[in-house]
Amino acid sequence: MFWEYLPVFVMLLVAVLVAVGLFVLTSSVGPKKMTPEKAIPYEGGSETTGAEGLRLSVKFFLTAILFVVFDIEAVFLYPWAGLFSRLGWIGLVEMLVFLSVLGVTLAYAWKKGAFEWEK
Amino acid sequence: MIPPIVLHGLIYGGVAAIALLTLTAWGIWFERKFAGRMQSRLGPTMVGWAGLLQPLADVLKLLQKEDLVPAQADRTLYLLSPPLTVFFTLATVAVIPFGVDVAVANLPIGVPWILAFSGLMVFPVWTAGWASANKYALLGAMRAVAQGISYEIPMLLTALVPVIFAGSMNVNEIVRWQAEHHWIALWPPGPGLFAFVIFFLSCLAEANRIPFDIPEAESELVAGVTTEYSGMRFGLFYLAEYLHTLVASAVASALFFGGWNGIFGLPDGIHWMLAKTLTLFFLITWIRWSLLRFRADQLMRICWTYLVPASLALVMISALWVHYAPQLGPMWGG
Repeated sequence: MFWEYLPVFVMLLVAVLVAVGLFVLTSSVGPKKMTPEKAIPYEGGSETTGAEGLRLSVKFFLTAILFVVFDIEAVFLYPWAGLFSRLGWIGLVEMLVFLSVLGVTLAYAWKKGAFEWEK
Repeated sequence: MIPPIVLHGLIYGGVAAIALLTLTAWGIWFERKFAGRMQSRLGPTMVGWAGLLQPLADVLKLLQKEDLVPAQADRTLYLLSPPLTVFFTLATVAVIPFGVDVAVANLPIGVPWILAFSGLMVFPVWTAGWASANKYALLGAMRAVAQGISYEIPMLLTALVPVIFAGSMNVNEIVRWQAEHHWIALWPPGPGLFAFVIFFLSCLAEANRIPFDIPEAESELVAGVTTEYSGMRFGLFYLAEYLHTLVASAVASALFFGGWNGIFGLPDGIHWMLAKTLTLFFLITWIRWSLLRFRADQLMRICWTYLVPASLALVMISALWVHYAPQLGPMWGG
């Protein structure tokens, strides 16, 4: 079981080595002349007020919550899809009910105006 | 003595990673050449024949640039984000079957593996935007995350369609099923092709490609999350974007166009996978240089009010098809 996954980790190691190698190269070849002007944010030259105080629109939270709802439901569907041909009509009916509930959820969120980004 | 499985990982993983990075570098060359021709320019011509050595020159130039960290930046996250984007993108490659039964790891959970790692891509983008301490970068990151997680829903749901037909989550098994039966994009008429179109659009959105590139809309956000990055770190973001595009093309051709399966009874093999992947990559480039970008609100509306309901319906239709008409082969014969 574990051995099946080993090549993946080896490949990831290759990816890490590529990234690290590039950075070692760039830090040894590239110039290092830091000045205070280089360290200020690229925002047009005037003194920045910082990005931390930026207010987030509530739309982003709404999108995140909708994502959590639908993403988890979609993950539930995968084992079902893999076994679908062996589950027969019980699998079919159960999943149609499940998908209908998801559809109702979507319709409710839609009706409540969750997808109107400009409001 | 190295165990054979480690050797397998080293050889396949190393070859796949290096081949993909090389392919990506020349994918960038191709795109620049193509963009030039689309705009009645020549594109790169100076370095090597027809500018073919341009990617190498670009890498050398980026290597010589100073690696800047802004004073207010969160140093650890700022430095960690660019390599993580490449890392997650390469991780998805591991389960893609390039030739007949040839993959770095033939995992039984192939499809969720790909989707999980492409879902993780929003983290380095968000940390990069947040750690930069730059408003353009932060706004770009917020848009990228909102878009990335929204388009992940139709992507997850449409990737279910091949799984339902093939009855397996192993990508190689899905390709094998298509080789034995028919390509999912072609038959049954409807669900397969529509699922491919939605999957493809979601991939474009996940990779932040036009027409869904609002996170780095240069007319409003300078360069989105990459605004503060310089030298090789910017290079890695750039590389990850193209790598993502290439990987998405490979995944789409494996799931919907029969991967290594040849047409007209010609021998199967890696050349088919490569041809299909590059065709889709060409299509993405073509779209990029032909279309304009959507507004942020249009983008979210397209996803939630068209693509998500449509993909839910596609899952239902596919399930009904498999249940009631499993023997109904295509009209040109299985």
